[in-house]
Amino acid sequence: MKNKRDILLTVAGLVVLFGAACYAQFEMGSYVRRIINLCLIYAIIGLSMNLTNGFAGQFSLGQAGFMAVGAYVVGIFTVPVELRPNVFYAEPMNPLIADIQMPLWLAQLVGGLLSALIAFLIGWPVLRLRGDYLAIATLGFSEIIRIVITNAQSWTNGALGIKDIPALNDVRYIFIATAITFLFVTCLINSSYGRAFKAIREDEIAAEAMGVGLFKHKCMAFMISAFFAGIGGGLYATLLGTVDPKNFLFTLTYNFLLIIVLGGMGSITGSMLGSIIVTAGLEYLRVFDEPLELFGMAIPLFRPGFRMVIFSVLLMACVLFWRKGIMGTNEFTWEKFMAFCKNPVKYFTQKGAN
Amino acid sequence: MSTVLKTESITMRFGGVTAVNELKLNIEEHKIVALIGPNGAGKTTAFNMITGVYTPTEGKVKYTAPGKDEVDITGKRPSDIAKMGIARTFQNIRLFKDLSVYENVMIAKHLHLKSDVFSATLHLPWYNAEQREMEKDVEELLRKVDLWELRNEKASSLPYGQQRRLEIVRALATGPKLLLLDEPAAGMNPKETAELTEFIRQIRDEYNLTIFMIEHHMDLVMEISDWIYVLDFGMEIAQGTPADIQNNTRVIEAYLGVDEDA
Repeated sequence: MKNKRDILLTVAGLVVLFGAACYAQFEMGSYVRRIINLCLIYAIIGLSMNLTNGFAGQFSLGQAGFMAVGAYVVGIFTVPVELRPNVFYAEPMNPLIADIQMPLWLAQLVGGLLSALIAFLIGWPVLRLRGDYLAIATLGFSEIIRIVITNAQSWTNGALGIKDIPALNDVRYIFIATAITFLFVTCLINSSYGRAFKAIREDEIAAEAMGVGLFKHKCMAFMISAFFAGIGGGLYATLLGTVDPKNFLFTLTYNFLLIIVLGGMGSITGSMLGSIIVTAGLEYLRVFDEPLELFGMAIPLFRPGFRMVIFSVLLMACVLFWRKGIMGTNEFTWEKFMAFCKNPVKYFTQKGAN
Repeated sequence: MSTVLKTESITMRFGGVTAVNELKLNIEEHKIVALIGPNGAGKTTAFNMITGVYTPTEGKVKYTAPGKDEVDITGKRPSDIAKMGIARTFQNIRLFKDLSVYENVMIAKHLHLKSDVFSATLHLPWYNAEQREMEKDVEELLRKVDLWELRNEKASSLPYGQQRRLEIVRALATGPKLLLLDEPAAGMNPKETAELTEFIRQIRDEYNLTIFMIEHHMDLVMEISDWIYVLDFGMEIAQGTPADIQNNTRVIEAYLGVDEDA
């Protein structure tokens, strides 16, 4: 966001999208809204993961764990007090928290902050590792978080999960949360700290020799990432209306890894695009799961699970054509957008020449 | 002349190998000092000990910023040492390859940033003021070294000589008092080397630097060094002015070998 024009256009763009969100809220069915909301939530978590993995270059796979923290804080504190005995029927809720009820936004914020705190505690030993080792360690910690949640029955209701979370399928609210995340991450990346993150990604030794404190900056990226993962997790909990430790298996993290790799590691707009493609794509490919009859003949392949085959093939094609993801490390800019609008053919031919 | 950097018998052992053995350096302000020696003599290891990449097995590294007291920097983190005013370049160029020339230099300014991450993200007024200051400095620096026109190029797309130059400029942007150059002329042709010689002199005078460099191009070393240290197998075998070193028999032996029949 270099100049006034771009800032104005971005604000205008967000207003238009917010208008669209309002329209979706009032005019569209709850199924479509759910998909839109899921796209937005995945975009938040995708962005948060891209911050550590794409910008700071630290291969972390702990996102599901941080989401779980955010989701559980929202789950524990937003269930109305009078409904809690029903939810915690196996073992009563710990009296310390049994009477605390928070509005959603506050619970989300607490969830995000708690996530960031846990990220700090995990980061202290783990961020000294590099590459694959860091990935394995963060993956392990994310499982530990899940297992702690499963076993802290009086706080989290253990394996039974928490139900009766006031459900929120409100596109406007989730849109605003996504927009804030987007703006925050964009501004962060465009600041001096963002450049320092990129420096660490490019070359740790050189970055350190130029005075970028490795541990401090990695920890910073890790904590901010965990914060937004927590926020996204909280929204995820309200969207589903229930949380259950099994929702946050480490396989969940791979969804976001997929989103950022497909969108482009180190591209904010890429993550947004990736989350839409992955989430909406998986939903709309459901046609392939339904049995199909053409001219009275059943097409043999159309059965539950077939969409994953199609999806995988599409993904492979994407990765073959765009090695670095759809956006690479580039961003959507208004300048490019205008060049494209003026003359789409010239835009692509020129791009090809480069 | 006051001393900027002093090493007190620093030794570096890797397992059974002693890479550097009791090296004593004394680098004076505003001088250009060279460290030479055959391959594997331990020159880069010495650099790594000074800049905090390695902690010496024994001995101490002491640094005196001009006008300040002497501090022991042994075993400090490279980033902290950079903040104190020691900047370096690398033997095999380590630029931030996928970032632009401009960003490469801007990153080097990050270490003086006072604003915290939140005021930076929210672009609060005091951060913006700092940011403008950084931009102004970087523009001035890049114009001075003729890289301003190339500011939007990816660092990896520059020609080799320019990449070397950019790495020095990036180190300069940290505002160092002592600049360590690890083979700045490696892979350069004679013309480029001559330009580099001029460039090193120019920045030394302009930014009032002390320069400590490792170099193999003897014409460069002999032309600009005020003092030369010679290492062989981790040991200092000679030190002196270029004229002394050129006539030192032990140096000649180390480089050319000894005639066994003699």
